[in-house]
Amino acid sequence: MLRYSLKRLLGAIPTLLILMTLAFFMMRAAPGGPFDTEKSLPPEIQANLDRKYHLDEPLIQQYGRYLLDIVRGDFGPSFQYKDYSVNELIATGFPVSLRLGLSAIAIALIIGVGLGTLAALRQNSATDYSVMTLAMTGISIPNFVLAPILILIFAVFLGWLPAGGWNGGAVRNTILPIIGLALPQIAYISRLMRGSMIEVLRSNPIRTARAKGLPEHIVILRHALKPAMLPVVSFLGPATAAVITGSVVIEQIFGIPGLGRYFVQGALNRDYTLVMGVVVFYGILIILFNFIVDLVYAMLDPKVRYG
Amino acid sequence: MALLEVNNLRTVFHTNDGEVYAVNDLSFSLEKGETLGVVGESGSGKSQLVLSIIDLLASNGRMEGSIRFQGQELVGMKTGQMNRIRGNRIGMIFQDPMTCLNGYLTVERQMTEVLMHHQGISRADARKRSIEMLDAVHIPDAKNRIDRYPHEFSGGMRQRVMIAMALLCRPDLLIADEPSTALDVTVQAQIIQLMNELQQEFGMSIIMITHDLGVIAGISDNVMVMYGGRICEQAPVFELFDNPRHPYTQGLLQSVPRLDTAGDVKLHSIPGNPPNLLQLPVGCAFVDRCQKGIPVCEKQHPPLLDIDPTHRVACHLENLP
Repeated sequence: MLRYSLKRLLGAIPTLLILMTLAFFMMRAAPGGPFDTEKSLPPEIQANLDRKYHLDEPLIQQYGRYLLDIVRGDFGPSFQYKDYSVNELIATGFPVSLRLGLSAIAIALIIGVGLGTLAALRQNSATDYSVMTLAMTGISIPNFVLAPILILIFAVFLGWLPAGGWNGGAVRNTILPIIGLALPQIAYISRLMRGSMIEVLRSNPIRTARAKGLPEHIVILRHALKPAMLPVVSFLGPATAAVITGSVVIEQIFGIPGLGRYFVQGALNRDYTLVMGVVVFYGILIILFNFIVDLVYAMLDPKVRYG
Repeated sequence: MALLEVNNLRTVFHTNDGEVYAVNDLSFSLEKGETLGVVGESGSGKSQLVLSIIDLLASNGRMEGSIRFQGQELVGMKTGQMNRIRGNRIGMIFQDPMTCLNGYLTVERQMTEVLMHHQGISRADARKRSIEMLDAVHIPDAKNRIDRYPHEFSGGMRQRVMIAMALLCRPDLLIADEPSTALDVTVQAQIIQLMNELQQEFGMSIIMITHDLGVIAGISDNVMVMYGGRICEQAPVFELFDNPRHPYTQGLLQSVPRLDTAGDVKLHSIPGNPPNLLQLPVGCAFVDRCQKGIPVCEKQHPPLLDIDPTHRVACHLENLP
């Protein structure tokens, strides 16, 4: 197991390298630069800035410098947020997004698995149809529509929760954004869960369990849940990585100082280091969570063992 | 009182193409300690018959008639009550041991849960009893192997585990749905021998479904031949082999390859296909494939006649002078 983990993590290095290279050169290929404004800067200032950020060096040298910095764990200074390094921006934004994202995923997992199982058990009944309609709606409503609706209902009309703001991370302020993040995931997970649960319930081992006279809750919880969870687990890996790195839309609408906004702002501002930083960070998380998925698979399915 | 009495059982599946009549007006009884072999082609209704008995029909299936087990009516019984019977008083073994055990749980978990649920004993006691049962089905090193997962056992060993699991509560009736079909011939013989041995030890009745007449000969007291969801012949095993009356039974027996015939004799086969269960013929279901048919076979379904106290046949030829 340890050897497998080590091998997997080492195997991630080339992937990351390709990711960094692509991100670096694509970013540079985009027209414009980090210090372009409506008025062009005096050439001396431009030259000074370029020198300070090593933009005057040949591209390949910048690339080499960048790689070496990353190996040391340094994403460099942000070009736009003048007094901050990219590491600092990630360090302040990520915990916020992580907290919202993990809560959302945890809620989505519990509710999604529950609803999906319920729908599968009452296949083609009113319960099933309502859960699936709800899920379909959840998938098709974009979050920039969903979030304002949540604000209208719970903040404006009912006045139960604040409409936005972080407020130092007060629980009241996190409820609506978490719901906004979780609802689409609940929809996906419940659909996945229903499909795989229906299939598992028709399988031979479940017939055997029933033939043994086991009560329904043991059949479902002990015999059917594990195999039925596998597709959900596969989905959860990338989904968790995406949700904990923050949603641009949700964070913008609720005014939350998370990581999500840096993806868009960095790209718009040609903030080279910031874009590279968040892209590499996201890449690492994706790889990490896919790795975790594989480990969870091994935990669930005894036939999967890594040597 | 017979252990199991099935009367006018009818099992129907509702499908998009119409009603599928899998079991039609079937009656038989099974005595304590008796082994009944049920033979028939695929689609003859033999599996649906036993699935009806333990109420494991697919969700689009329903049954009518009466199934009395130890005097208790099983048709229409609530699931909770049924759960006290199946796995406890009636054990079931399925065809494919490769896929019928749960690959996500250890053998220990799958066995102990049966005892814990039906007898309310502790897991430690259940484990001890499970190991004893694995020993009884000749699983070597049962004490350690019980903690393994099904995929760590061979096919024959998995079927032994299935058998041990079905026998944990010492059921009065064991239903085996083609228990040896998915196995190698040598392993098949071992499994059949094991079932014989266990029956002598535990004294349960067995319903053994198979399409292999060799298996039937090796284990059954009585044989029931099914065709189109009906019984076409039922007799004690030697009587059936010596004196088959129904043309279908005769065809089946002729289709068994034998070592004592000359090498150039072509193996007999029954021409045609099993009947479409969506639209059973008005007359005898076998009429299209029967070489001895007479006009009445097309028009009227042959009644099941007792030609002697233990031998029943459903064929119009029996009524001819």
